[in-house]
Amino acid sequence: MPILSILIALPLIGALIVALVPRRRPELVLPIALVVSIPPLVAASYVLWNFAVGDASFQFTEHVVLVESFGISWSLAVDGISLFMVVLTALLFPLSIAASRSITEQVKTYMVLMLILETGVLGVFLSLDLFVFFAFFEIVLIPMYLLISMWGSDNRAYAALKFVLFTAVGSAFLLVSIVALAVITGDQMGTFANFDFRNVLQADLSTTTQYWLFGGFAIAFAIKVPLFPFHTWLPDAHTEAPTAGSVILAGVLLKMGTYGFLRFNLTLFPEATVDFAVPLAILAVIGIVYGAAVAIVQPDIKRLVAYSSVSHMGFVILGIFALTTQGMTGSVVTMISHGLTTGALFLLIGMIYERTHTRRIADYGGLAKIVPIYSGFFLFAVFASAGLPGLSGFVGEFTILIGSYLTLPVLTIIAASGVILAAIYLLWAYERVFTGPVVNPKLEGLRDLGFREVAIMVPLVVLIIGLGVYPKPVFERIEPSVGIILERIEATTGYIVPERGTPEGVVDVHYGQVSESPDHEEEGG
Amino acid sequence: MIDVLWLVIALPLVGSTINLFFGKRIGQPLAGWVAFGFVALAWLVALPATFSLIDGSIPVETSYLFTWIPVVGADVALLWDPLSALMTMIVTGIGSLIHLYSIGYMRGDERYPRFFSFMNLFIASMMILVLSANYAMMFIGWELVGLSSYLLISFWFTKPAAAAAGKKAFIVNRIGDWGFLVALMIIFASFGTFDFQTIFASAPVVITVGTATAITLLLFVGAAGKSAQIPLYVWLPDAMEGPTPVSALIHAATMVTAGVFMIARSAVLFEMAPTTGAIVAVVGTLTALVAALIAVSQTDIKKVLAYSTISQLGYMVLAMGVGAYTAGIFHLTTHAFFKALLFLGAGSVIHAMAGDQDMRTMGGLRKKMPITFITMGAGWLALSGVFPFSGFWSKDEILAATFAKGGWYIGLWVIGLLVALLTAFYMTRLFVMTFLGKPRWEDGVHPHESPATMTIPLIILGLFTVSFGLVNTPALVAFEHFLEGSFQYVHHVQGLSMGAIIGLATIALIVAIAGIVWGWLKYHRSELPAEDGKFWRRSRDAFGVDEFYGRTIVEPGKKASEWAADVFDVKVLDGIAHGIGSGTRGFGDVLARLQTGQVRAYAGGVAIAGVLLIIVFLAVGGGF
Repeated sequence: MPILSILIALPLIGALIVALVPRRRPELVLPIALVVSIPPLVAASYVLWNFAVGDASFQFTEHVVLVESFGISWSLAVDGISLFMVVLTALLFPLSIAASRSITEQVKTYMVLMLILETGVLGVFLSLDLFVFFAFFEIVLIPMYLLISMWGSDNRAYAALKFVLFTAVGSAFLLVSIVALAVITGDQMGTFANFDFRNVLQADLSTTTQYWLFGGFAIAFAIKVPLFPFHTWLPDAHTEAPTAGSVILAGVLLKMGTYGFLRFNLTLFPEATVDFAVPLAILAVIGIVYGAAVAIVQPDIKRLVAYSSVSHMGFVILGIFALTTQGMTGSVVTMISHGLTTGALFLLIGMIYERTHTRRIADYGGLAKIVPIYSGFFLFAVFASAGLPGLSGFVGEFTILIGSYLTLPVLTIIAASGVILAAIYLLWAYERVFTGPVVNPKLEGLRDLGFREVAIMVPLVVLIIGLGVYPKPVFERIEPSVGIILERIEATTGYIVPERGTPEGVVDVHYGQVSESPDHEEEGG
Repeated sequence: MIDVLWLVIALPLVGSTINLFFGKRIGQPLAGWVAFGFVALAWLVALPATFSLIDGSIPVETSYLFTWIPVVGADVALLWDPLSALMTMIVTGIGSLIHLYSIGYMRGDERYPRFFSFMNLFIASMMILVLSANYAMMFIGWELVGLSSYLLISFWFTKPAAAAAGKKAFIVNRIGDWGFLVALMIIFASFGTFDFQTIFASAPVVITVGTATAITLLLFVGAAGKSAQIPLYVWLPDAMEGPTPVSALIHAATMVTAGVFMIARSAVLFEMAPTTGAIVAVVGTLTALVAALIAVSQTDIKKVLAYSTISQLGYMVLAMGVGAYTAGIFHLTTHAFFKALLFLGAGSVIHAMAGDQDMRTMGGLRKKMPITFITMGAGWLALSGVFPFSGFWSKDEILAATFAKGGWYIGLWVIGLLVALLTAFYMTRLFVMTFLGKPRWEDGVHPHESPATMTIPLIILGLFTVSFGLVNTPALVAFEHFLEGSFQYVHHVQGLSMGAIIGLATIALIVAIAGIVWGWLKYHRSELPAEDGKFWRRSRDAFGVDEFYGRTIVEPGKKASEWAADVFDVKVLDGIAHGIGSGTRGFGDVLARLQTGQVRAYAGGVAIAGVLLIIVFLAVGGGF
């Protein structure tokens, strides 16, 4: 059963079903869209359930040649990295659709676009053929542009355009690099071009070629992440997008960038990776501190969360380019966690915005008294985002910091100050919105969350706690896939991955058995 | 026995969850009794395990529960040794009493069940911190107690001061946590594990003195946040915005001692780094002094006790710095009893005074609330260091250990004595202003003794306050003997002769009595003495440290953020983007076309084309 093809096709079929809803029954659109967004989640869960733990190679592979002469094929697979991106995507779409009740104009178009967007995102994470990957990468752009420009708030035209132009610039670099890479590969294989990932992987690239191609890919992905200083499209797009748009944008679209780095830059261009690691890590750390600092003074709560994403995604990039098992694994976990926590924050902001139609922090105050359930969820999301241990955000960022220190100590120490800044911008915002007396009379009598809204939040809360308390199943699935990337870097460059911090030869005498296995029974004395 | 220890964490967590979801239905005061029940149960579970340590049959045990973060070797595992047993007894024992007290104290509060949910959460968090068998798990507890502290300080969140105080506590603690976090990075880089047993057994072989110094200094940054030391102590006085049982439990008896506990736990590493030890001792001593100088002038009864707590934590930190771990932990224990007692007593007084906390409007409460008066009297004498109350023994041990170090540490000993004098003075001031003399309360206030749920905890704590010091005297060293298992890797400093010990104790006692007499003569009069003059004013403003931080850190930080947000991001970075855009005419052209809606039509067209392309892909590749 080509489960991955089915997974990609399901939202599209769903879009078709939604498109067939009679025009005079707009009230049916949202329920039907919600129902058709469930099968992709089921399919993704099937993949998650049947994923072989400890297996570093690609799984559920599908391979059909599309265009022989150009070496283009329909080539799909998952590994430990894309697995969770796929599950996260399949999870966030139903939640975002359920949270879109305030969309009243052209609701059918809206839902069709959402489902096309889902297909696009899934395609990005599952495609191994670079041509198909690029096609999906571009397809994602258009529904998102339309979602922002048609259902966004006041300044939507500017934000949508900025989003498209920034990404398009990146895409241009990406396209050129992909074509160049395919042609080089094809040349070495004796054909015109070859886009298949596994063939491209075999291509013999000179260091200079690697530099150029790495640069082309890196610009596209850095804009997508976004890495400082390419981030300025993000606050506008996030702020103006409708709630679902912000959730998907932050939750999964940004991860296309970090995923791209892991899948392509690090895997295809190991030498360039080693040489460019430090400059990219520096940009990441600037982003961590800068994003957080700018978040502190934002007057608009959505902009604040948008800048916090710049900070969090900086952690992900730092972990990736620290080139350690811990750092990179932590990065993938943070990608998941950021999707959950920022998704939760944007959903919650959307819920209150539907009631008050303002995002200005100054318009609020004392909400906790009026809407206690809402405030409880919000405070939970705040602490999840601030990296409270026991919740998902901490697990990822802690692992990144521990792992990154092994190769980039100074940068990592600076990055760690991000935890202080996160507490400042989040708790100060919470204080101004939720505590103190109620000053704005318009807030009196606001409705607290209803059953539907609680039902949207509960899955996120459960996953945030689950990932925070027992992340082992996730780590087990990610680590082998990360390991294979690092192995390749080690095999092709002079770089040596620090296994763990232990200075060699000194410690084995004392505790060889302890760190090897979790079996602590014998050390009781 | 160790196999059931996880219950000590799980029970309060269950209690917290029950009250969070069903507390409203359970109602008052039952919700409080439920919460109390879970903490008391946790105490009962830990009790036999503690006794098994006292008879010395099992020195140290670990219990692996599950793997947390495999890639950094972080497990959820418990360590049961005398130190964790002692802390468990303090946290669950005093915790139970304070829960009991709160049943009456919080009666009538709108969010009564929520209060108990948070209190139980705190106990669970603190137990995670105390029972952890590795630094990573300790950090979980470390941050979770910070969360509970935040929730409880800003419990009355409609008061802006309470909300701000909670936020300030969390943020200042996060500054300390940064140090802890960096220490964890170096620990992992050096040892490849966070496991206590492994680290402590191998540290002298694995790391250099330099690395040990770096690790311990950074750990101390964390400890200074949690245990309110210079320069991070500023959050604790504000934390008094929380309900008084919270101040007693979290901000006096237990959470604030976590920093001291963490240093004691890491004693092996601190022993390797004498430089850190010296810094720790100096910071502790200065904190003790500065806080005592502020405490003398405060008129809010809780503020006196808050600064007193900072000051006493300074003593404990001094003990850690001079390597007197047992003495420091002993003082931690006795302080937990008498400071919890004093806070609960203060709560009883505030309760009686209908919420008034200003000692200038109290006086003469002795007859109105005799149990509170007598028990607080015990607390007053214990904190002042009067023989044979518990505080005398523990404080004296710290001072003696400092003296024994010799050299410039004698200077610290002198400052320590000065702090003892000030302590006796401000506590006498508090006691006299509150209970003795003529009533100064306003009309309409009718002070009365508190209900039994509040006085029983006072009496129990009072008994411990009076007697607990006797478990560790020069004649009987049961406490030190008990803790030996936890400091087995620690090199012990040689002791003083019995004559020297008695001599030093006598000096300390004379100083304490002098402080009491001074305070008594100054405040036990018909009229309160005027407290004006430059020192009193500066002291009452806490020497303007908060304002200083505001001027030098908060405001410039905010300005920098504003510059980054409003100038750099918008003008510089976006300006470049716009410049490139208009430079290539692309931006302007597209913008012009946007007006006509062409972009949207174009995008729609591309979308349809894209979808068709996917369908073709799928049809060919997916085999539909």
